[in-house]
Parts: sequence; C-alpha cells; structure tokens
Amino acid sequence: MNQTESSADAARSAQQPVLTIDKLSVALVGEHGPGRPVVKSLSFDVKAGETVCIVGESGSGKSVTSLAVMGLLPKDSLTPTGGRILLEGENLLEASQRRLRDLRTTGMAMVFQEPMTALNPVQRVGEQVDEVLRLHTKLGREERRKRVIAMLESVHLPDVERIYRSYPHELSGGQRQRIVIAMALILKPRLLIADEPTTALDVTTQKQILALIKELQTEQGTAVIFITHDFGVVAEIADRIVVMNQGSVVETGTRDEILAHPKQDYTRMLVSSVPSLIPHHRTQPTGETVLTVKALTKYYGSSKSWFGGATASGTPAAQDVDLILRRGEVVGVVGESGSGKSTVARCVMRLIDPNSGEINLNGTDIATMGRGALMPMRKRIQIVFQDPYRSLNPRRRVGESIIEGLLNYNVSRAEAESKARHALKTVGLPEDVYDRYPHQFSGGQRQRICIARALVMEPDVLVADEAVSALDVSVQAQVLALLDEVRERVGVGVLFITHDLRVAAQICDTIIVMQRGRIVEQGTAVEVLTKPRESYTRALIEAAPGRHWDFQHFRAVA
Amino acid sequence: MFSFVLKRTAAAVPVMAMVAIIVFALLRLTPGDPAAIIAGDSATPERLEEIRALMGLDQPILVQLYVWISQLLQGDFGTSLLSGVPVTQMIGQRIGPSLALCLTTITVSVLVAIPLGVLAAWRQGKLLDRFVMSISVLGFSVPVFVSGYLLILFFSLQLRWFPVQGYQPLSAGLWPFLNSLVLPTVALSSVYIALIARITRTSVIEVMNEDFIRTARAKGLGERGVLMGHALGNAAVPIITIIGVGIALLISGVVVTESVFNLPGLGRLVVEAVLARDYPVIQALILLFAFIYILINLVVDVLYTVFDPRIRQ
Repeated sequence: MNQTESSADAARSAQQPVLTIDKLSVALVGEHGPGRPVVKSLSFDVKAGETVCIVGESGSGKSVTSLAVMGLLPKDSLTPTGGRILLEGENLLEASQRRLRDLRTTGMAMVFQEPMTALNPVQRVGEQVDEVLRLHTKLGREERRKRVIAMLESVHLPDVERIYRSYPHELSGGQRQRIVIAMALILKPRLLIADEPTTALDVTTQKQILALIKELQTEQGTAVIFITHDFGVVAEIADRIVVMNQGSVVETGTRDEILAHPKQDYTRMLVSSVPSLIPHHRTQPTGETVLTVKALTKYYGSSKSWFGGATASGTPAAQDVDLILRRGEVVGVVGESGSGKSTVARCVMRLIDPNSGEINLNGTDIATMGRGALMPMRKRIQIVFQDPYRSLNPRRRVGESIIEGLLNYNVSRAEAESKARHALKTVGLPEDVYDRYPHQFSGGQRQRICIARALVMEPDVLVADEAVSALDVSVQAQVLALLDEVRERVGVGVLFITHDLRVAAQICDTIIVMQRGRIVEQGTAVEVLTKPRESYTRALIEAAPGRHWDFQHFRAVA
Repeated sequence: MFSFVLKRTAAAVPVMAMVAIIVFALLRLTPGDPAAIIAGDSATPERLEEIRALMGLDQPILVQLYVWISQLLQGDFGTSLLSGVPVTQMIGQRIGPSLALCLTTITVSVLVAIPLGVLAAWRQGKLLDRFVMSISVLGFSVPVFVSGYLLILFFSLQLRWFPVQGYQPLSAGLWPFLNSLVLPTVALSSVYIALIARITRTSVIEVMNEDFIRTARAKGLGERGVLMGHALGNAAVPIITIIGVGIALLISGVVVTESVFNLPGLGRLVVEAVLARDYPVIQALILLFAFIYILINLVVDVLYTVFDPRIRQ
C-alpha cells in the first residue's frame, strides 16, 4: 500500500464509521409476530481504531445487540424489528444469509465470553483456526498453515507448532482465548465484537488479553465493540461508552464524560456501585476467636496407600495454611484460579477431608472428626455459594429450603418456620417469599435467600465462596452491605473467598493472599492493599483493571 | 493407544475365565447326575457309564475343571451329543448366515439412522422431525416376529420379490446371497434404526446448544458445515455407545429373526441345542457370545478415544 492510498484510507475512515447502528430494535418472537422488545431504538457508531464499550447489567440487551450485528440471533426466539445496522455502508439487516456468512470473520468477527466452551473440544485448535481460511480464502494447505502459525505467533502463544496440534482441553483459559482471538482476527476484519472476553479469566490473564486486543487493534486499525459489565475494564480501554439499561441507551459519551460526569441517575448509580480498591479503615475486631486453622494441607489425587497412610503423590492444592477468624470479623481469602482458596473453604466446611493440619472450631478440632461426631459441629459453620441460580432446589418452596437444615437438627417445624421468617426479614425480604419458588426471584434476591438459609442455623462461622461474583454491580453492592450488616448484628465470623480485590477491599478486615496452594501474604485489608509486601500481591493489585479510577467519587485517582 | 488396547484385552481375560467357570458349573451343579441329564430319559445304564467316563465325571471336580479349561484352550469344545460332530465344526458351518445378517443389519442401521437423526435434529420441531420420530416409535414398538411375517406376506407372497424363507451362501453367487438377506435385514434393522436415530437426534440437538457451535457460525460456516463438521463429531460418543449396545442386543434379535426366516444360522443352532439339551453345544455358544460381547465393548472403548481426545489420557 503506498502513501496516497493509505492517507485516502485514513480520510475515508474519518468520514465514515465502520459500524453504524441506527434505531435498531429487536424483539422476542411471539406466537403471532414480534413480542416483547429487548432492544429499543438503539443507535451508536464505531469508527476505525476506536473502542466503544457497551456497559449494562444483565438483561440490558448488550449481548443481543452484538448477536444482531453478527446476524447470529437465534431465529426462533429473537428477531430484529426495525432500524439499520450498517457495516461500512452495507445494511446487514437486509443482507442475505450467504452474504452474512461471507462477511463473518472477513468484515466483522466476534470473541466470546467463555474460552472454555467456545472451542470445539474434539478438534485440534490449529485446524479450528485453519477452518476460517478454508471457508473464506482459496489458499493452499501449506500457505494456510503458514498463515495460521504466523497468527498464533502474533497472539503471543508459545511453542506454536505444538499448540497448533493441541486440543482445547490441553490449553489454559488464557491460551484458549488467544486462539479465539486468532480465529477472529486472522482475516483482519474491520470490526471486532468482544463480548465479555475476559470475564471468565483471572486478573493477570485479563490484563494480558486486554493488551493483546489493543495491540492487534492498533496494528490492523480495527473498530472494536467491547461488551462488559466491568467498569474497571471500561476505565482501562474505552474511547467511548454506551450505557444500556433494559434494551435502551441510557447515555453515551467519551470515557471521561461517563465516568466523571454522568448525566443520568442510572449511570451515576451504576458507576458509583463499582467497589473501590481503596479499603475502608475499620477498627480491627477484637471478639473471641471462633475458628483457627493450623498447617492445613490438602493433596488432590493422592490415593491412600495400601497400609492406610496417604502417599506423597498428588497435587498439593493447599499447603500449610494458617488462619484465625474472630467473631464479627470478615477474613478475605483472595487469589487466582488454582490458588487453593476454594480448597481451604471446603476443608474448613469439611466438605472434603484435609490430609493434615488442624481446624479448630470453638475449641474443638474438626479436621479428623468422623461423620457422627461431626454432625453437631456442622450447624456451627454454614456456607453461601457462588451461583444463586444453581444453589437452591428449583422444585422446593423457598421456606422448605430454609428450614431443611433446622429440621435435620430436630427443631420442631413450627419453631423452624418462625426462625425462617425471621431470617428472611434479616436479609431484607418480605415474608411472603417463604411460600414461593426460587425461579420467581432475581439473582440478588436468591443470594439473599441463600444467606437467610445459612443464617437460620445461627452459625458461628459463615463461609462465603465467591458469594457476590455472579451478581451485577448494583446488586453486588447491596449484598455486600447486607453481609456487612449481618456480621455486625449477628456477630458471625465470615470467611470470604473471592478473586475480586475490589470486593475484598469493601468488606474484609483481614486479607489472606494465596498463590499455588500457599499463603503468600496476610495482614489487615489496609496493609495488604495499600502497602503490599510481596511482589505477587503487588502484581495482583496492578492487574486489577481501572485501579486509577475512584468510581464512587467519579474521579481519577492521582 | 496400543498400550490402552493391551490393557483392556488383559482385563478381558478374567471376565472370560469367570464366564468359563460359570458355564462349567452350570452343568455340574444342576441337581442330579449330569450324565443322566445328558443321556436323556431313555438311556441304558451302560450308556450312562460311557458318558460319565467320556466327560471325566468320575474325577474330582477341580480336576474336571482343569481338564475342561485345558481342552478349551486347545480349541476343543467337545462333540455334539446329538450328532457326534465336533462343536467347533458345527459352529463353523452355522456362523455364516448369522455373521452375514449381523453385518448387513448393522451397516444398514447405521447408514440409515445417523442421517435420519441428524436431519430430525436439524429440523427440530418441524414436520420432518415429527415424521421421523413417529416412524421410529413404530420401529421399535413392532417386534421382529410381527414385522417379519408382514414383510414375508407382502414382499414374498404378494409381490414375489424375495424368497419366502431360507438362505443362499455367498458361494451361490452375490445376488442370490443378498436377495435372501433383504427381508431379514429389513425386519431386524427397523428396531436399531429407530433406536440409533433417536439417540443421534437427541445428542446432536444437545450439542447444537453448545457455545462452540455459535463460534462455528461466527466463522461464517453454513448450517451443513456446522452440523457435519462440529455437531456430529461431538455427538459421536453417545451414538457409538448405543450402536455398541445395539450390536450386543443383535444376538438375541438374530435368534428370533433366523427362526422367522428359517435361516440356518447360530440363532437357530441355539434353539435346536436348547430343545435337544445338547449341552456341549450350548456351552460353546454361551462362551462364543460372551466373547463377542467383550470384543464389542473393547471396540467401543477404543472408538471413544478415537472420537474424543479428552478420553485419551
């Protein structure tokens, strides 16, 4: 390409956006014609080299919008009902299926949220990237292979020849996402839609993937639509922001306009709900110790040897973990996937048996206790799980789920019921919730129900295993506030497992940082987050997106 | 792969040994004198003695087991009490029709059922899907002895397209051979077509909801490419499982089908041997069928690893 051409290109791209969405509406397919609208008269455009972030909570219509652009709306449930989607001037809503197929990966491409499931598990990843070239080019086998290898190199995968021949399950989450990105960008499309591409990844991996997308975008001048619910990511990468709520645009503007001077109440609420990385100064709790863990060690895959002792083989998932939890205290265990934080939680719950170490609950070591002896101890320690959509039995009334534990401990039905109603009140739900079914509630409400279910047992220790990770930020803020209130009122000690440092900063008194099964650092939340001693902790904090932004106060952090 | 096959083969040895011991015990543990059972009601005392000596029944039981197993290992399955012909020779004579019928049935079933299942999955909920699925309900609700006679009535007696009964070996020419197999194959395979088509449909539909199908579409792949290139390969494991189960069940299907169409195969041999209480033949056939079961399971396990790399570890 010579100089004049490229400047002509630049001039053209300055005039014409790569993508223009003009009054797009999408509705559910009803029995007779279109039903309830899910995207209402949406308009925005994206220029070459620009990153537009679409943010919104679940149900805002952000993913539907991206599928509409790709022409991938599920035909029997969603249909566009109006407006235009112009890709370099061509209306995609009027394009034939054949034309749309030709444009995918050549004109517009997409990167999905779940790298674990976005690749065909029974095909080598190299062949999956190659398929794009087979579909859209007439290149020979050798030439295609060269192109794929070159692309794998440019997404910075190591040992590309080996990766080419690998199956998805042999790669890490980050590596798989690189494959998906290679697939999307190998034909240099003008538009890339990234739908929550880093949500399922660890922060350090997320940072690398964001950098990779930026790098390729700069190289190829791609227009990027980045769909996310994470304002941290938005603060890092957005040129412009489109805020969506219930299918409509609430507000659009440059990054600083939206984050620092939001005009709409909804935007203000959303931005200010983002938890800050700056920990609150709180008085260290001095209540009595309820849980002491000493030298806890758990190996996975270690089979008992023939003589009863554990063999040394197996992968250590937790090694020499010590922790102390007081009444009314929130101890956070943070770390990336595979750091062993959930293993610790499960050992403490005795959902799995530790290989060695001590778990002292109210003065009794439960680490090696047998089933029968453990039974009365179990009610003293309760758990709230990550996914409120799967942790309640959908066929049982909420009340039945809540009182089940009490009934197991021979509490009379009448008494259990009155306790359950009281617990529902404690978590801020109306009493009639008792007789309804879980599917009638939102994620946040279900998580409240789960907390009520745990609290009704009057435990000394509450384990929250990623309890707010699946929730939208505004709901997350409410559930965090609830947990904090419960801790203060009931005086329960909370062991808070999370991968999210922002969340930990909001609620934890003490933070324990884990890496590869070991504790690397522990201290008060303020110490750990503001004056980290270990390089790993520092790396974690640095990888947290948007840490230069104080969302609650709508300002950049100096 | 090789070590995997070796390991699985080794694991099959104790299973076969168990089968052999049970078959051995079957005869010895029946109340009364095995020689009397074998000789039948009208045997003379001299004949009984003769049989006892022949079977080594005067020896201690462990010695008998040892003798029997070592005979088996040398390929000596005994001789038929009825005809005096060695059992191996009898099986050799009768295995042809059964093998031919099984092969045609399984080939026809797979070739018809998988495309039908994929088609039904592709047109899920549409007319074609409902049609295929209703036919398949019919397919496995009608037993072979009903569909077989109906086929004979219509195609052999009315239209005179195929022979009513009987079997022509391959040596009689390819055409007569195939001609004699058409109706038994159709009767027998209807059940398996129905079964395999339903499972194929279900597993393809399940796979079509996976994320990587959306990825394939986002690459610009057409529906056919998505179905054949991505969905079918991932649906393979349950389909192979059901084909394996199908082949195993085929053995009992063959017994009925051969009786209906009067094919001189192993199925008929089983019936004859049971009716005549020809114990050595029954024993040998049980061993043979057990061996085939184990072999099919081994092949199915190996095929899993071919289709799904995640099972290879």
